[in-house]
Amino acid sequence: MDIEIRPEDQPFADEVQRWLDEHLVGEFAEHRGVGGPDDPAAWELRLRWEKKLSAGRWLGLTWPPEYGGRGATLSQAIIFEYLYARAQAPYRLGVQGQDLFGPTLLMFGTPGQKARFLPKILAAEEFWGQGFSEPDAGSDLASVRTRARLDGDDWMIDGQKIWMTFGTSADWLYVLCRTDPRAARHRGLSLLIVPARQPGVEIRPVTNMLGDGGFCEVFFTAARTRADLVVGAPGDGWKVAMAALGVERGTLLIPQQLGFEREAEHVLELARGRAGATGLSHRLVDAWIAVRLMRVTTLRTIGELVAGREPGAQAATSKLYASVQHQRLLELATELLADDMTVTGGGYALKALQRAFLLSRAETIYGGSSQIQRNIIGERVLGLPREPRPGSTGG
Amino acid sequence: MDFLFTDEQLELRATVRDFLAGKSAEETVRRLMATEAGYDPRVWRQMSDQLGLTGLAVPEEYGGAGFGYVELGIVFEEMGRALLCAPYLSTVALATEALLRCADEAARRDLLPGLAAGRTIGTLALLEKPGRWDEAGVQTRASRTAAGWVLDGAKRHVQDGHIADLIMVGARTPAGVGLFAVDGAAPGLTRTSVPTLDQTRKQANLEFAGTPARLIGDDADGWRVLRRVLDTAAVLLAAEQVGGAFRAVEMAAGYARVRVQFGRPIGSFQAIKHLCADMLTEAEAARSAAYYGLWELAADSDDVPLAASLAKACCSQAYSRIAGDAIQVHGGIGFTWEHPAHLYFKRAKACEAMLGTPGYHRDLLAARLGLRSARGMEA
Repeated sequence: MDIEIRPEDQPFADEVQRWLDEHLVGEFAEHRGVGGPDDPAAWELRLRWEKKLSAGRWLGLTWPPEYGGRGATLSQAIIFEYLYARAQAPYRLGVQGQDLFGPTLLMFGTPGQKARFLPKILAAEEFWGQGFSEPDAGSDLASVRTRARLDGDDWMIDGQKIWMTFGTSADWLYVLCRTDPRAARHRGLSLLIVPARQPGVEIRPVTNMLGDGGFCEVFFTAARTRADLVVGAPGDGWKVAMAALGVERGTLLIPQQLGFEREAEHVLELARGRAGATGLSHRLVDAWIAVRLMRVTTLRTIGELVAGREPGAQAATSKLYASVQHQRLLELATELLADDMTVTGGGYALKALQRAFLLSRAETIYGGSSQIQRNIIGERVLGLPREPRPGSTGG
Repeated sequence: MDFLFTDEQLELRATVRDFLAGKSAEETVRRLMATEAGYDPRVWRQMSDQLGLTGLAVPEEYGGAGFGYVELGIVFEEMGRALLCAPYLSTVALATEALLRCADEAARRDLLPGLAAGRTIGTLALLEKPGRWDEAGVQTRASRTAAGWVLDGAKRHVQDGHIADLIMVGARTPAGVGLFAVDGAAPGLTRTSVPTLDQTRKQANLEFAGTPARLIGDDADGWRVLRRVLDTAAVLLAAEQVGGAFRAVEMAAGYARVRVQFGRPIGSFQAIKHLCADMLTEAEAARSAAYYGLWELAADSDDVPLAASLAKACCSQAYSRIAGDAIQVHGGIGFTWEHPAHLYFKRAKACEAMLGTPGYHRDLLAARLGLRSARGMEA
């Protein structure tokens, strides 16, 4: 079972495969599949890899050539992601810029903003951090309190953000701020572009349960950015932020889900070698089924996207399904490892499966928690009424 | 392989859905499930004559339309959605498929045109003990006599066995398992209708006592054919299950939108909303499973057995769970005879057992994936 490559895309696919064959060698080949959306493992190596990708013009494939892209078709971009994931090339560090902020700026940015920021993203020279969540605004994103007000030619920003992936490596932040304190919730928000390295911005790693510093909290104390560095119009921040999250919920998870297949095969291999695994055989089968279904579901969505059709409901349910099933797979893997699972290397050095097991707990939280996903599926796909808000009269 | 329906396939779906909306509405289902035959011969004739559904995937040389498994799967999905009462699965997925897969050209020429035209209702009689879908479960004896082959034994849970004109039978020959064709009116054949939990689909027990039968293909080649028939039918049944599951999700969500308790539509409560979201998520996974099976069938891939067991295990479980959850969302009214929720719930249960339970197919998959010894089962 594979994606179908149309004849007109075959030369492109061949080019991708040739490039991967030639470049995914040496230290990169030794680090196949390294990293993940919030896993900073092998940072320096991945940075070197990303520079190679940039030199080969493989980043931002669909972006216009004037910003460093190739103006490639969606179908080609998907072929690239698919072959990239199949080759187990390192997970890209610049996802925030390449796959979230960049596409958002392409939709809403001014020509000047695009010319200034997009080429640096594709050159792997500038990295981005997402400043959306706050300690008191997680799933309820519209309640952000970080404030920005115009002070001469600058915005002046005060507040706090959290869960910024790879924040300590960010050069620029895109920050959802309240710019009109009198407007209600969703109105009065703006998405600002803020330089990360300035006295008013303090970025501190938050140690996650692996003992790693994959994400950060950010404190803004009279931080400054130029008045024109707002994406979309002031007050349009909600719309712009939702578009960015729409990207996140769309095709971004495809390579990750394809990566689960290798993990599942590894788990089956573990099971074949273990006497105690017989009692787990149906659960192992279910885990294998789930991973295969993720692939089929992905291929259904890809097929629709490439054909220019609106993706079906499976595109809305796939994040919920994949994240929950991936957790089950890793729970099973750890059960198979049994007592081996209970020890680590020195300095809390975790085995690959231990890392994956612990990291998987974040998958049902980031990018819209499973509970938010169920709200979205219920309301947008099944047409169920929203929950009335306290104090509001409407439904 | 292209994981996308063509415009023609989408059109076929719309046509079949339209047709069934008129011919298999809930009151029709209720009327037919109370009859002994269990189907409406006039609608059956329209299905074959106007829409060409009985011969959809039969090659043109045998009187069919020459479409493939993906088209057939679309039709099954729509029939499952509409709870159609008709001997379609038995005729098309079992009898027709057995003839298509056999190595007996003469039998194909003799028997397929009638099935394709909807003039012959067919079925497969294989099961003898509950849950035994494997080769060793075939104990009915086939003996060669001066007058030809005769069968002795008993088959149970034969879908539409009470009305079938043509019964394909798996039976043990001196050389192995053979595939046989038996006329529904053959001497020495006793058919007993058995009341069914899912009244929308009928079963019979068949007894063979020196019943004359026509050997199809080689007398040791039957299991090769039957195994493929079981895989194919499992995938098509999975598509039917997906159709029913989606209808159950729609019913539940539709009710949750309008039923008001505590001054609010119950669908605005997350307890109900999230349950409905989980139902849809599982239904979409099941749809991927069924489509995976269809696409592997269409490609005639080596992975058909794997995909078939995956589809049957996954879709069986999904349909049963979703149909049960749909009753839950409806509350008390969902537990009544008057409400259609139980029709789906019972169809789901019957489909779950047919052609092997989820547990049986997980066992097969475990063996195929090397997770347990294949002893006592085929892998």
